[in-house]
Amino acid sequence: MSATSISTMAVVRVRGTLRGLAGGQSEHELDGATVVALLRALERRHPSMSGWILDERGRIRRHLSVFVGGERARESTAVRSGDRVDVVQAITGGSA
Amino acid sequence: MTELVVGTKKGLFLLEGEPGDEFEVTARAFAGQPVDYAMRDPRSGRLLATVGSPFYGPKLFYTDGDPAGEWEQADGVVLPEGGEQALERIWVIAAGDGADGVVYAGGDPGVLFESRDGGASFQLNAGLWEQPSRPRWQAGGGGLCLHSICPWPGDPARLAVAISAAGMWLTDDGGSSWRRGNEGLNPRYLPAEALQDENAGRCVHHVERAPGRPERMFMQFHGGVYRSDDAGESWTDIGGGGLPSDFGFPLTVDPADPDSAYLIPLVADMDRVTPDGRVRVYETRDAGATWTPRGDGLPAEHAYLTVLRQAFSRTGQGDRLQLYFGATSGELFGSGDAGATWSTVASRLAPVFSVAAGAP
Repeated sequence: MSATSISTMAVVRVRGTLRGLAGGQSEHELDGATVVALLRALERRHPSMSGWILDERGRIRRHLSVFVGGERARESTAVRSGDRVDVVQAITGGSA
Repeated sequence: MTELVVGTKKGLFLLEGEPGDEFEVTARAFAGQPVDYAMRDPRSGRLLATVGSPFYGPKLFYTDGDPAGEWEQADGVVLPEGGEQALERIWVIAAGDGADGVVYAGGDPGVLFESRDGGASFQLNAGLWEQPSRPRWQAGGGGLCLHSICPWPGDPARLAVAISAAGMWLTDDGGSSWRRGNEGLNPRYLPAEALQDENAGRCVHHVERAPGRPERMFMQFHGGVYRSDDAGESWTDIGGGGLPSDFGFPLTVDPADPDSAYLIPLVADMDRVTPDGRVRVYETRDAGATWTPRGDGLPAEHAYLTVLRQAFSRTGQGDRLQLYFGATSGELFGSGDAGATWSTVASRLAPVFSVAAGAP
């Protein structure tokens, strides 16, 4: 069975600016079998977040990091039911 | 009273003051974030700003209220979803010439957006986006940036834009169709054999139109200063006549005099600082035949400043022309007498990306 056919409820956690765009709420229970599916679901629930995590190509913005269960993830990373997905700013040391 | 809307690496600053005086910072917004360009639309009083967050991507915001308060994000400043490209940066915002609420925004990758509601929502200009030659356009060092937007006074159908390094593009039908306007430009950095390739880098740095004679335009090129007398179709080299260098970025004009232009030359592409450790603005009043240094009051020793393409602005005209520019050193300088004398307007700001002068 392909990952995209699985209905999965996971918790996406955002903070800072993103939390403000998400109605002031940090945790969002969403249905999606991959990271990108979850993030698109988050955008549908909070349209003002469109373009803030994913760009027009559907890629995670370069200076953001997404972790699934504490492990660095990519757009296509599969998400299992009950997983915790964190969206955080990447560390950008070396640039003032 | 004059207002300066200043985009910096660390936020937006608003300053107010009288020409010749030091200005007071009256507000700061987008603290800590790079504000690539910001301006106040003189028709509506609306402030518009582009924020190039490295985390969240480029966004365009506007406010009709307290600039230190909440700003609204403009809709539609995005590329088509699901394609191969993403919007990289919004380089410039320009008010249209009429009272119809038209506002333009230009950005990387060589894209133009148009708003008909004063900047609350935008649409991508399809004619430029779908140019057949687009896949062969070459980006400049700052990306494929559409940085100059020149409306035609009284005729919204006519528009000129400049893209580094895809050159000049002109439309006479409101942006439905576009044609190049690069005749006469000499990209000295290209091998002679490559000059036949119209997609090879035409690295335009900045273009301004003379409001009183709209077919007259001035261009700072990547090595070269040019004038057009046919609305950007063709260009004549005016980079001699007393300039210490024909390399630089910023350019402005006196609206009262179509033969006028002001430049701030830098040494060269490999040394992008003011020549000889002196900060000087160069003025022409004869359409580029001769250039005169205007440095009275500007740093004259060990001053190696970089002034970026959007960091030079004007308000007023003729004898009351005010000129302002900012440097990446965080300093702002101004003149209230058309460049005859200068003073420091502010110092110790963050690196200045853009300056827009006007009435508060």
